[in-house]
Amino acid sequence: MHWSKSAPAVFLGVAAALGAAAQQAPPVPAPRFVVLIDAAHGGEDTGGKLGSGTLEKAANLAMSVRLRSLLAARGISVVTTRESDAAVDSNRRAEIANRVSAGACLSLHATESGSGVHLFASSLAPAQPAQFPAWRTAQAAWVTRSLALAGVLNSALDHATIGVTLSRTALPGIDSMTCPALAVEIAPQRGEDDRIVAEPDDADYQARVAVALAAAIVQWRTEARQP
Amino acid sequence: MIPRYQKILFVVLLIASLVMGAVLWQLRERAHKRLVAGESSAPTTAPEVAPAEQATLVVANDEDNSLLPQVHSLPLPRDSGARARAVLGRLLDLYADLEAKHPVPGGAASVMQVFLLPASSNAQAQDPVAQLAVVNLTSAFAASHPSGLQTETLTIDSICATLRANLPHVAEVRFLVDGQQRATLADHADLTRTYLTAQAASAEGTKP
Repeated sequence: MHWSKSAPAVFLGVAAALGAAAQQAPPVPAPRFVVLIDAAHGGEDTGGKLGSGTLEKAANLAMSVRLRSLLAARGISVVTTRESDAAVDSNRRAEIANRVSAGACLSLHATESGSGVHLFASSLAPAQPAQFPAWRTAQAAWVTRSLALAGVLNSALDHATIGVTLSRTALPGIDSMTCPALAVEIAPQRGEDDRIVAEPDDADYQARVAVALAAAIVQWRTEARQP
Repeated sequence: MIPRYQKILFVVLLIASLVMGAVLWQLRERAHKRLVAGESSAPTTAPEVAPAEQATLVVANDEDNSLLPQVHSLPLPRDSGARARAVLGRLLDLYADLEAKHPVPGGAASVMQVFLLPASSNAQAQDPVAQLAVVNLTSAFAASHPSGLQTETLTIDSICATLRANLPHVAEVRFLVDGQQRATLADHADLTRTYLTAQAASAEGTKP
């Protein structure tokens, strides 16, 4: 085999080109951050009835559409469990959430009781992640993250001067989700004299809550991407 | 051919048995009348009124999402199941009040029964005499309960925490509605699961 005198120069050139290509190659993309929005109830399951006469399922769907639009505008991928007045089983809701490996799952509710926004994490006791978690208690491995998400939402809502209460409850859909998951229940906005200022289906009130939730999700995404 | 004396004997015995039957019937009627006449409907034993005792009711408040203990004096029966029912009845009476901070219609009549059974092996590992309370609510109570995650969760937690405060061996609580299992209380709180009273008690006194 005969090597020409210019061979080393060719090798060096190729190596330099490969090095440059490696430097210019795009960095490994961060895992896609998806938010699951679950408008609770739907179809024959109407949920509660609000003071304005609106059914809870309709108020939840309206809130879901608002929040989805705000998150999409901020470049966040959103998956919803329903886009219309359709009945969706609680198991199906959890299946959708678990399939997309969501970075945050919010189940939206509305009520006539209490005031402000009620945040609920699962009441399951925190557990170590298991390779094959039980369906009804799959959220146990995520409870700690869910409580952290509740903290971020709490701060954002508080910053928007919306009253917040934080509790834990047993909800079949949430308890089966393998993502940081919360139920967000919007209650009426009340004045000093406990009189209702805005119903949970009031467009302006829903918009205020949605903006605060979207800001919290953006903050949550930033925290999730930090090493 | 039946002899004549046998015929006469048969007739005499038949007449004698009929007469004896009539006499017995008459004696029975007389004895019955005597018993009824001698029976007195006047009360002879005073009804036993359960002594008033202090009971701790863990009362919910929708305004601040809190569960706070209140001590009330009420007659409490000795039987544990009846005692649990009396305590929960008073708790739901508080919620049926027009000024209640956690308004739920229905009152004491909403608790049909409370059954106390041995708890699961998990609970008995902690307390060998741990009990499971099965609270049977009326369908009218569930139908009239305000719908919402917070209000339904507060009702469940306050019932569980009140049972634990007054019957310390009650570690687990299950709910029935008109004797049947029901998916949710009013479309939100899960009624198919077993609630741990220790968890409800940990929420007691909590305020945001």
